[in-house]
Amino acid sequence: MPKLHVQDLACRRGGRILFASLDFSLSEGDAALALGRNGAGKSSLLRVLAGLIPPFTGTIEWNGEDVRREPYEFRSAMRYVGHADGLQTNLTVIQNLHYWAALYRASTSRDALEKALAAVGLDDLADLPARMLSAGQRRRLALARPIATQPGGLWLLDEPTVALDRPSIAKIETAITAFRATGGIVIASTNAPLTLPDAREIDVAAAMPTPEDAFGDAFEDALL
Amino acid sequence: MASPNPSGGFFHRLANPARFQRLSAWLMPWLVLITLGCFGAGLYYGLYASPIDYQQKDTVRIMYVHVPAAWLAMMSYSTLAISGFVALVWRHPLADIAGAATAPIGAVFTFLALFTGAIWGQPTWGTWWVWDARLTSVLILFFMFLGYIAIRNAFDDQARAGRAASLLAIVGVVILPIIKFSVDWWNTLHQPASVSKLSGSSMDPAMLRPLLIMAVAYMALFGVLLLLRMRLELTRRRVEALQMARAGAATP
Amino acid sequence: MNAFMATLSRDLLIARREGGESLLAVIFFVLGAMLFPLGVGPEGKLLALMAAGVIWVMALLATLLALDRLFQADWRDGTLELMALAPDSLTLVVAAKCLAHWLVTGLPMVIAAPVMALLLNLPPEGWPPLLAALLIGSPALSFIGAICAALIVGARRGGVLMTLLALPLYIPTLIFGAGAVQAAIGGFDASAHLAALGAITLAAIALCPWAAAAALRQAME
Repeated sequence: MPKLHVQDLACRRGGRILFASLDFSLSEGDAALALGRNGAGKSSLLRVLAGLIPPFTGTIEWNGEDVRREPYEFRSAMRYVGHADGLQTNLTVIQNLHYWAALYRASTSRDALEKALAAVGLDDLADLPARMLSAGQRRRLALARPIATQPGGLWLLDEPTVALDRPSIAKIETAITAFRATGGIVIASTNAPLTLPDAREIDVAAAMPTPEDAFGDAFEDALL
Repeated sequence: MASPNPSGGFFHRLANPARFQRLSAWLMPWLVLITLGCFGAGLYYGLYASPIDYQQKDTVRIMYVHVPAAWLAMMSYSTLAISGFVALVWRHPLADIAGAATAPIGAVFTFLALFTGAIWGQPTWGTWWVWDARLTSVLILFFMFLGYIAIRNAFDDQARAGRAASLLAIVGVVILPIIKFSVDWWNTLHQPASVSKLSGSSMDPAMLRPLLIMAVAYMALFGVLLLLRMRLELTRRRVEALQMARAGAATP
Repeated sequence: MNAFMATLSRDLLIARREGGESLLAVIFFVLGAMLFPLGVGPEGKLLALMAAGVIWVMALLATLLALDRLFQADWRDGTLELMALAPDSLTLVVAAKCLAHWLVTGLPMVIAAPVMALLLNLPPEGWPPLLAALLIGSPALSFIGAICAALIVGARRGGVLMTLLALPLYIPTLIFGAGAVQAAIGGFDASAHLAALGAITLAAIALCPWAAAAALRQAME
């Protein structure tokens, strides 16, 4: 049975339906790339999957369980990296990571955290205040978060490689591959270069309804 | 094709704006009739044909305008809370519109209660304002309405504004009894002995009847204003949706 | 518990790093003690009558000033979303943030209260109930205010709006808090006031984190 099963998913924001009738399933080790032009709803798709936005219709099932019914199971397994880096600039790099590890019930030992930092190439900056990091370094710290918190299952990455140079992108790809090898599933949205071997494509733009569909048959539906 | 939120048939059929417009259009003339009739009867009895208070004489007649206004102020806030609850829990779209429509009406009723309270107070105590328990509570309620209106206007995203306002109304309605209780307590601690209660002396049934008629009149007026504002808002949204459809149909 | 303790220590660490938060609250608090005599005249008897109320009002306002940043920074840098997605309930995280807020702004006010009492000529019978009332009641201010901070997170003009929302909700705490002191000064028993205050604080601690978490989730939709 697929680990992640999405059925008839629709998202509505600001009165518009961004995408509808989205169906896909992913098994352990799979990867998926969300495609579509800017504004098509790639970020919204990831946020709906993460649980930040309630879906307009449809279900998301993790391990056969509806995630809205069993959020704890899903959240223990899912890690989300959004546009924002989620850094507290007054804390050091490792203090930031330490908090996330504690919050997500992962190992908070210095070793484990340094391993995660090494995977993104930040291990020598561990004790630097986060405000001293460049944009690319901050992005890498944000990506160290799912690596450090070692979930069992699902990474949702929104534009993970923005502001990263080629060696850093390679590091991220390595980390993703390692994660997939342990059975993890990765769904990423990106317009920047990111190579995910054997990745499925989720075309969010194709799932976008025509204007008639977006607003329903009668104009009455537009007001709902 | 996406079908809207599948929770519950009957309730969501009511949500259809066209259906609401038809229903409210049918209901409106009756409500207007009740409003005019009850105001007519209530004001006749209240301002003319009912007995005067032996202490306050004719000024007690302001009670017929003031007391129902205060009742309606509280009923308006309860409406805010209920519509907020429905909007959040069942995502019923009309509930959000009802909340936005009720708030200014409630604020006006509250202000009316304060204003008539001041008019009543002047001949009774010689000042335009006194910090008695009811007036103080109504004043606090006024600011709670202002807060609701302010939070609705604080966000560009209308959906967010609606959710925040709904939550605020629910929190407010929970804390409102506590506020009332503490204000009553505060008033008994600080009240000088000689102040007479603003509600008038014991309720002679000849006084009760016009009071209740006025209360019905106010409620019907509330209904008229609420339906009017909701219809207006729905029409406005319809225009907006048409504009958005036109923008969406154009080449991106 | 993990989420609670982790968030508590993080917020306290941030407060220490950013520095000056406690000091600002105390300074503002004592500033009020200076403004009122300048406004109404230095007559001792008059100040003594007003002292309890003034101190409490300043406590409300000082709490509100500091509440602005309770969720704002985390909202802006995306931390709040990550807190919402943690396996443990957001309620625990919010409760920890409220407690941290009280430790950083509320508790210093309690400690500064004797200075206020001195400057405003509070009669000696009023001092113990003032300290008790502030100690019992100031957590309620942090916790109740958190709901308002959560409701307006990310809004423009958030600070002033939050004041409008929070002040009506603060009224019961104000009435019982100041009432306790005034009762003691008048020779009456303040324990009923303090008990009511305690009930409000307990209810606030129990319910407000949940309500604030709901507000934050609505904000993130």
